[in-house]
Amino acid sequence: MIEIIDTGPLNTIQDLGRPGYRDIGVTASGAMDPLALKIANLLVGNGEGAAAIEVQTFPFRLRFDETTVFAVTGGAGATLDGRVLPPWWMQQGNAGQVLELSLSPASARAYIAFAGGVDVPIVMGSRSTSLRGAFGGMDGRFLQRHDRLPLGEATALSVDGLGVVPPATALAELFPIALDGTLLIRALPAGEHHLFGADAERFWSQSWKISSQSDRTGYRLSGEPVRPTEPAEMRSYGIVPGVVQVPPGGEPIVQMSDANTAGGYPKIAGVLEADLWRLGQARIGSRLRFVRSSHADARALDQAIAAYIDDIRNTSQMVARALKTMTGR
Amino acid sequence: MIAPMPQPVDNSSNALETSPRMAPALHRQPVISTIGARAFLLEAPGHFDLAPQRRIWALAQALRQWDDLSEIVPGMTNLLAIFKATPADPDAVTVRLRDAWGRAESIDIKGKTVEIGVIYGGEHAIDLAALCDRSGLTDSEVVRIHHEGTYTVFALGSAPGFGYLHGLDPRIHMPRKTVPSLKMTKGCVTIGGMQTGVATLTGPNGWNSIGFADLQMFDPAAAVPAIMAPGDTVRFLPERIEL
Repeated sequence: MIEIIDTGPLNTIQDLGRPGYRDIGVTASGAMDPLALKIANLLVGNGEGAAAIEVQTFPFRLRFDETTVFAVTGGAGATLDGRVLPPWWMQQGNAGQVLELSLSPASARAYIAFAGGVDVPIVMGSRSTSLRGAFGGMDGRFLQRHDRLPLGEATALSVDGLGVVPPATALAELFPIALDGTLLIRALPAGEHHLFGADAERFWSQSWKISSQSDRTGYRLSGEPVRPTEPAEMRSYGIVPGVVQVPPGGEPIVQMSDANTAGGYPKIAGVLEADLWRLGQARIGSRLRFVRSSHADARALDQAIAAYIDDIRNTSQMVARALKTMTGR
Repeated sequence: MIAPMPQPVDNSSNALETSPRMAPALHRQPVISTIGARAFLLEAPGHFDLAPQRRIWALAQALRQWDDLSEIVPGMTNLLAIFKATPADPDAVTVRLRDAWGRAESIDIKGKTVEIGVIYGGEHAIDLAALCDRSGLTDSEVVRIHHEGTYTVFALGSAPGFGYLHGLDPRIHMPRKTVPSLKMTKGCVTIGGMQTGVATLTGPNGWNSIGFADLQMFDPAAAVPAIMAPGDTVRFLPERIEL
């Protein structure tokens, strides 16, 4: 068990979500930065999709009831009983120790994984919190002070202290940032792209600011509006996170993890899945530009990310075995 | 130049090429686009009607045999096919989807009938007056037209268990509101354009409410979480009319 001592709103339990139910209107949910979630899980010896805590409002504090192996990834400063932990780090917390996460200037969300995973009931194949549907996670709501979370059975891995090079560094050449700090997000044109005429080109060339009306459901972008040359009469269609829709006001919305399952606004682009985790870490007020990409790019990125994750899985298991041998544990 | 005489529709295999203008809407090509790299959207040609929707259901059934798909999301005369991995050759996917559409026969799903008791009017019917203004009908006429209709569930989406219902009488069509209600109550019986439905979540909603149904439309813990399924028939039974 762990106990939440201090939390802001909107911190939830998430795993990789519940895809497969969009045809009955159920949002997939899941971590906004699935890459960070997977790595946190691998570091503590879990399967990559175990349930963890997604922290997006800080400070966040929890206390361990018993000895627990945990990892913190994504963007946050972390301390254990006041001692600063390295970024993207796993180690053991002892009974009574307090883990505290504080806001990082460059990122939006952090993940805390525990050996054994957070063991809340599985609803429709997932432990992810669906805030909109009010189910999954902790009774379908965000975490509150004094919540006590049960953990699953921990597997063998029992290294104390292990870190990884974060993906933004390890894969820096694959995830470019413009010289002025603008995030470059790769996307493909979507169904109504051609209806935007000259505005379609401006959609790609101008930089967009992530407005304060942005959350797990979607990011509303501000900038000079783009509009179709004639009104598009749309019928509701299924959507996935990353779809960039343009409501009548002309300022795009990028749907994120808690995206609706269907939409009716014209869609101008769709973000590559390989870049969605970077959007998930983009802070309100930061700027991004969309870069026109291709299926070939998408495949190359998917493969590079998969190789990076495989590498961490193999290395962490290898290190654990080696340390076990050395310490005779 | 004299316009050509109308000819009988040629149903032979080359009808598509020789007389596109004469071909019924369903014989035209669907439009296929992408959302990101893994999801492909096929939009049926022709009107928003039962015939193309039946063919979408048939396409959904056929696509369930494709083992490289992770999810199939039928929409309103369209279908989103989500692949497990980014396809190497997106053009080949487009061809496969187009072929599957070409082969999809219209199917008539033998759905169940769902009867929904409705309190028409009253505190939840916040848009009934506006609908009367727009249609020129009295409130009791609007209510009668709505509950006398027989509706077909075209697709589920938007919110858990929410069914988009087709079959609304054109006299009570009503565009979505430009400013949505911020907190419409779960259970509101609503009209959005040419569609009707029952809100399954409390929250922002741009559809127009004319009544209320006290029915649990979705239960995440149930073996079959959603009451409605595509192809079902829905009838609204007036339990009470508060005008």
